[in-house]
Amino acid sequence: MSEAREEILASIRRSLNRSRLDAARETELRERVAVHRRNLVPERAAALDDPGRVDLFVAMAEEVQATVARVSSPTAVPEAVARYLAAENLPADLVLAPDPSLDDLRWDARPLLRIRRGRAEAIDAVSLTPCFAAIAETGTLMLISGAVTPTTLNFLPDTHIVVVNANQVVATYEDGWDRLRTGGGMPRAINFITGPSRTGDIEQRIELGAHGPRRLHIILVDDPQKAGDGEDK
Amino acid sequence: MLATSGTFEANARAGLANDNLQRALALMRSGFPQRRRLAVERLPEFEALREIGKSIKDHTLEHLDFYLELFEENVLASGGQVHWARTPEEACGAVLAICRSVDARLVTKGKSMIAEEVGLNEYLEKNGITTVETDLGEYIIQLRHEPPSHLIAPAIHLMKEQVADTFRAEHRTLDPERSLAEARQLCDEARAVLRPRFLAADVGITGANFLVAETGSSIIVTNEGNGDLTQTLPRVHIVMTSLEKLVPTLEDATTLLRLLARSATGQEFSSYTTVSTGPRQPDDLDGPEQYHVVLLDNGRSALLASEFQDMLRCIRCSACMNHCPVYAAVGGHAYGWVYSGPMGAVLTPSLIGIAEAGHLPNASTFCGQCENVCPVKIPLPKMMRHWREREFADKLNPPVYRSGLSLWAWVARRPALYHALVELASRALGWLGRGRGRFRTLPFANGWTAVRDLPAPEGRSFHSLWAERRKGGTGK
Repeated sequence: MSEAREEILASIRRSLNRSRLDAARETELRERVAVHRRNLVPERAAALDDPGRVDLFVAMAEEVQATVARVSSPTAVPEAVARYLAAENLPADLVLAPDPSLDDLRWDARPLLRIRRGRAEAIDAVSLTPCFAAIAETGTLMLISGAVTPTTLNFLPDTHIVVVNANQVVATYEDGWDRLRTGGGMPRAINFITGPSRTGDIEQRIELGAHGPRRLHIILVDDPQKAGDGEDK
Repeated sequence: MLATSGTFEANARAGLANDNLQRALALMRSGFPQRRRLAVERLPEFEALREIGKSIKDHTLEHLDFYLELFEENVLASGGQVHWARTPEEACGAVLAICRSVDARLVTKGKSMIAEEVGLNEYLEKNGITTVETDLGEYIIQLRHEPPSHLIAPAIHLMKEQVADTFRAEHRTLDPERSLAEARQLCDEARAVLRPRFLAADVGITGANFLVAETGSSIIVTNEGNGDLTQTLPRVHIVMTSLEKLVPTLEDATTLLRLLARSATGQEFSSYTTVSTGPRQPDDLDGPEQYHVVLLDNGRSALLASEFQDMLRCIRCSACMNHCPVYAAVGGHAYGWVYSGPMGAVLTPSLIGIAEAGHLPNASTFCGQCENVCPVKIPLPKMMRHWREREFADKLNPPVYRSGLSLWAWVARRPALYHALVELASRALGWLGRGRGRFRTLPFANGWTAVRDLPAPEGRSFHSLWAERRKGGTGK
């Protein structure tokens, strides 16, 4: 290993007035890391029941200028997407995450939506992705990178639409970590997204759409198991 | 970057006389502190979280060698690389070597105070590599060739008309008649100008708010999304960071994240918090092919277990400067280097030396607000006192100041003489000021009386009144 590395570690130990920790102490510390002990978790979201948690997520997301549409079942998603794009006067061209969870949505029911699957390119104006989890505490989406969920979809297009199933809404970030750890290793990127891109760098005035999406639209599916008739609540 | 901390007094005078700066600082005073207060009031656990945040950082610092090795082990396991750098030169050299290895011509940068600390942009430019800052505030000051004046709002010293002038001067291919009157238009223009740069960059450099030993991850917190475009689009992602950003676990990082945005901007959570672990994985459709962490020491390891160790807890939220009456009066540039406000007054002397930065720990009213709002309870005023002591011990103060202090100390150690002199002085001043009851000017105290009157003493010292009262007198 490098000379700089050895010298920095030696300098740290010199300051702390000790040599390298003994094996027993190192094992203790490794165990401290391995148990993923939670520190104090705020009660705000932790104390809520399922519907309360979803409501808090929606309220907190709207507070930071995300927009939320609630639909009863997955089949209603394409309709909600089309309606949102029309209302915002946006083109009906979408790039969709190649995630199989989006395959079952009946896109053929909205033939005017032009859909491409894959990562985002510079020309893409609207993306649609699933999420890994949604954090009620602060209205935060938790997205992870992977073969079917490329990160560029979250940042390049002007408009980012995210489908959230109600059973993906967890109370706290810690719940998100727990879900992640049951799923295997760390993805390259975990994106916690709380509202659209913004900046306050000019006279501290908040302007949306600094470099990332100008609009963040969340379609919340209240009953993800229901194969409904496509009608909104 | 060349420090001008040695001329703090002149810098501060220039700041006080700068109308644009004073207007910009007035916006800051009415903004950040109130937003922080509201966010803190909404989270009943905030005070308890401060104590836990402090203990997480203290625990990590006490076992820093262990956690650094664990961090490195996990970065390597995820396919990334760690470059240890003792000095700014080594850090710059490591970045240049990585850039050269991929023939990089264009580098995009997210916000990194470590990059500012080591003077990375200048260094890369000197070596033929174009670097483009992508955080809006950093981009503005890069165009103006200025250092940042604030930790999280680097262009906070500017009004929008100044930004418009800068954009007009620098974006020469755009229509000179275009309107740039509104912040919205300035943001849109920066977005349009920078987007092709994001897409064309060979290397993306970001900082890190936290490093996680458990997973070998780096975490950045932004609102603009520039950091994410910077680290996702190019072939290579370099994280510029320093030893003390480390925490043991994701849970520990989470606790500090709950403190960070609330303390900084008063947000519940910043728009984007991103955890990066290694390069693109085999099936990933995007992301960098290489992931490098440049770990800077630059004197930090020597601060451990010293009277300045507490400073290594700092999470760079900027609450201390947002609440500082001195910062709010003179602005960040007066501090003359990368870090400003109370955290800069403590950190700068340890990085560039107390001989150069001696003014900074003296530029304080000791009101204590910085310590009160610090999310990890850093005793900033106490450490400024430590620097003053060290400055005196190193004989760095001017001779008049030193002999004045020595004289005062000599008198103060002789109570009888001290009381006699005080009694004499208060009687004399009381007699001299008996007409108006105050002094407009006083010899040797012009600096003090220039902006206020000195009330004339009543003619007796507190000590003598107290002594009389204890003897049974009325004290009148």
